[in-house]
Amino acid sequence: MKSLQELAAIRDRMRQTVNTREPGEDPIRVQVGMATCGIAMGARPVLNAFTEEVARRGLSGIMVTQTGCIGICKYEPVVEVFVPGQEKVTYVHMDPEKAARVVAEHLVGGRVVTEYTIGQAGTEE
Amino acid sequence: MQELSMNVLDVAENSVAAGAKLVTIDLVFDEVAGTLRLVIADDGKGMDAELAARVTDPFCTSRTSRKVGLGLPFLKMAAELTGGWMSLESQPGKGTTVTALFYPDHIDMPPLGDMAATVAGLVQCNPAMELCFTLSTAAGRFSADTREMRPLLGEVSFAEPQVALWLREYLDENIREIMKKE
Repeated sequence: MKSLQELAAIRDRMRQTVNTREPGEDPIRVQVGMATCGIAMGARPVLNAFTEEVARRGLSGIMVTQTGCIGICKYEPVVEVFVPGQEKVTYVHMDPEKAARVVAEHLVGGRVVTEYTIGQAGTEE
Repeated sequence: MQELSMNVLDVAENSVAAGAKLVTIDLVFDEVAGTLRLVIADDGKGMDAELAARVTDPFCTSRTSRKVGLGLPFLKMAAELTGGWMSLESQPGKGTTVTALFYPDHIDMPPLGDMAATVAGLVQCNPAMELCFTLSTAAGRFSADTREMRPLLGEVSFAEPQVALWLREYLDENIREIMKKE
């Protein structure tokens, strides 16, 4: 069984990675829509998938967090990615597999996964 | 909502929106009475009696992007479908407590679902808020409290993906243990 003391070990590991980061550098933010509409459509597994993928790859400077309803409920689960200095990217109809691909291609590789973005979904319908 | 844990996440989000510093989530399985009692309590801004009386109306919401709010109506419906009920107490400036009673043996009882992901997600997305989760069954009692974990983390945030992942696994292990049927 896991014990709470493992948190102290994680803290020590994190301290080392935090120290290697440029001071004042803003993190990349991944915001998952977690209002009733998002939750009902599967936002929680998407949040989990982003978290797991970022943690498993040992990526630092990426925060996975939530936002409320942004008013496009029929496109849920919706994920907004904010890379400092770049335009916001809105991904729609997300699922855990798509989340893993966004981490690999967008967050690590720097290439937006255009086919999952709202612009693309808009032209399909 | 396909699972009760999703209702819990959704209703606890109301506490987040109410600016709560502490949210407690209690689940008590009472095998003798054949009930499951869910209590979500916060110390957020609360509601006056007029608003508290309207919040289970689907056409009542605090958000501005839509005119419907389905979180509490969904929880109420889920409880009532099993023969149970939902009640809400609130005081402006003090906080809100939502209580729901379920009859788990009823055919319409939703599965509990991934409660670990619900609790870990709430903590990860609201790293400054304190959250205390307690689950009681015939097998025992498990409690997880961010106020106990925070000193061990030091300046490291609950929002760090590695911390969030550890928390979910920790909760999942303990919840599974206590939900085991003997």
